[in-house]
Amino acid sequence: MVAGQIAIRVRDLVVGFGDRIVIDHLTLDVRAAEILGMVGASGGGKSVLMRTLIGLLPRRSGTVEFPLSSPNGSVPRGVLFQQGALFSALNARQNVQFPLREAAHLSPALLDEIANAKLEMVGLSASDGEKFPAELSGGMTKRVALARALALDPALLFLDEPTSGLDPIAAGEFDALIKTLQRTLGFTVFMITHDLNTLAAVCDRVAALADGRIAALGPLPDVLKSDHPWVRAYFHGARAQMLHLA
Amino acid sequence: MSDVPSLTATDRGPCLLQARGAWTVSHVELLERLCGDASRGKAGPIDLSGVTALDTVGAWLFEKLARSVPSGGSQSAFVGVPAAYSGLLNEVHQLNRAQTGARRPHGFPIDRLVRMGRELAADSLAFLHMLGAISMALLGVLRRPASFRLTSMVYQLGRVGWQAIPIMALITFLIGAIIAQQGIFHFRKFGAESYVVDMVGILVLREIGVLIVAIMVAGRSGSAYTAELGSMKMREEIDALSTMGLDPVSVLILPRVLALIVALPILAFLGSMAALYGGGLVAWLYGGMSPAIFIARLREAVSVTHFEVGILKAPFMALVIGLVAACEGFKVKGSAESLGAQTTASVVKSIFLVIVLDGLFAIFFASIGM
Repeated sequence: MVAGQIAIRVRDLVVGFGDRIVIDHLTLDVRAAEILGMVGASGGGKSVLMRTLIGLLPRRSGTVEFPLSSPNGSVPRGVLFQQGALFSALNARQNVQFPLREAAHLSPALLDEIANAKLEMVGLSASDGEKFPAELSGGMTKRVALARALALDPALLFLDEPTSGLDPIAAGEFDALIKTLQRTLGFTVFMITHDLNTLAAVCDRVAALADGRIAALGPLPDVLKSDHPWVRAYFHGARAQMLHLA
Repeated sequence: MSDVPSLTATDRGPCLLQARGAWTVSHVELLERLCGDASRGKAGPIDLSGVTALDTVGAWLFEKLARSVPSGGSQSAFVGVPAAYSGLLNEVHQLNRAQTGARRPHGFPIDRLVRMGRELAADSLAFLHMLGAISMALLGVLRRPASFRLTSMVYQLGRVGWQAIPIMALITFLIGAIIAQQGIFHFRKFGAESYVVDMVGILVLREIGVLIVAIMVAGRSGSAYTAELGSMKMREEIDALSTMGLDPVSVLILPRVLALIVALPILAFLGSMAALYGGGLVAWLYGGMSPAIFIARLREAVSVTHFEVGILKAPFMALVIGLVAACEGFKVKGSAESLGAQTTASVVKSIFLVIVLDGLFAIFFASIGM
């Protein structure tokens, strides 16, 4: 995948429920092989935007294109949901194997080896694969969910608040993991996050969503200079000051 | 299509393999076959310059091929690796190094029997433990009646008693009607139609009325108790109660079990009446026996003892249903599947125990001549 190409092209996207418009004529390009961080107020439509891009929500108007989709039109993508969304009836290894099992006919031995390899890639051991989602800690749940999202080596990875609910050490490790895997496997990441550390450490570009539109877009230093009142409040508030971002 | 992967021997160097095409999960069946064939022959360094696409599955298969060569220094296992894929190959090279034990084999029948025995013992223990906990909670309430959760019990009584009346009456009415119809149909051959009244009366009052109602209550209310307590356990509500210094058994379980113990005899009585009504209606419309004769014969056929035998069993069946429901509810772990499994187990076990209890009561009443 060549850097500089567009992985997701969003034009004039409108999404709403009833008479409430959540996403209002939004236009956004996500470049291939970049990590884009999306910030926005709680309830401001970040998750709605992501769910629309994935195809879980219908759009009122506008277009969402994936120019790098494979010839048969399908978009290989992985999604890491906020709570992990692991299938509680399957253990960790079976969760990772599930997409593989559906996509291709692998021999059971190879299926186990690939699943173990994926679990090791996200920093777990093969013996963790025996555990059921109810037995996993928050950080491990996120890692298994990431392994499942990466099971089919997607070109596009959607992350919904990947570090929420993790302690700072675990969050830092998870950030590093995403960065490393992205460098190794070369996928594109669309990430919703509230974690200012994640934005600073991992994201190539940051997009700020306010009033249903992109209020600021660019590398973090550029976004910090934005004049938009909400963006200023977000990055120059007391909590952000503590991180010496401003 | 040029993307179709291949693995061919070339004459450039000894046993050099040349890989071409897309080594991705979509071609995995072909890839596994190729690698299987290649690993049987002698393999050397693999030339990857013709690979057009590579994902983790393909990279892992290459890595496996490289590892299957005994003397292969792993650095020299691949030549001509496209720059975009070297990171992935290096990553995969680190993986699956630890020898994982073979999958645990499924237990032999003996192991399974042993496990079932252990589970049975653990279940019985949990059942007795719950019985003890409820007795303790009841003693606590007797000592301090003000601590009893009357509102909760009345609410539960409404749910498991009052709201259950229509469906219980309908089911028992139909059962009574069916027993009467079958009795008339078959007894007619012997000219013994009038004994249908004896059969319906004794069967309904002693056994069927209370048994059908208990089974219905186990399915309707026992399962609801298990699901409620289980989801409370899942969401740590029960732990929250304990940390506030409250006993979950006396707050949650005692009112529910007492409500069942009060409701089941009432439901059994109403059910028996509905069944007798159904039987009488069929005897009149299908058997041509007038209601007055039916009632007169019923008065001769059944005594209050039959009614006592039936109704005495009801509170004990209610206790068993409540205890099983509470035990299974407290066994729920974090997952949705566990909630479903315990709810199923609750209904199955309580129906089983209700029938076993009914059998024991039959022996007991027979031996004391009731």
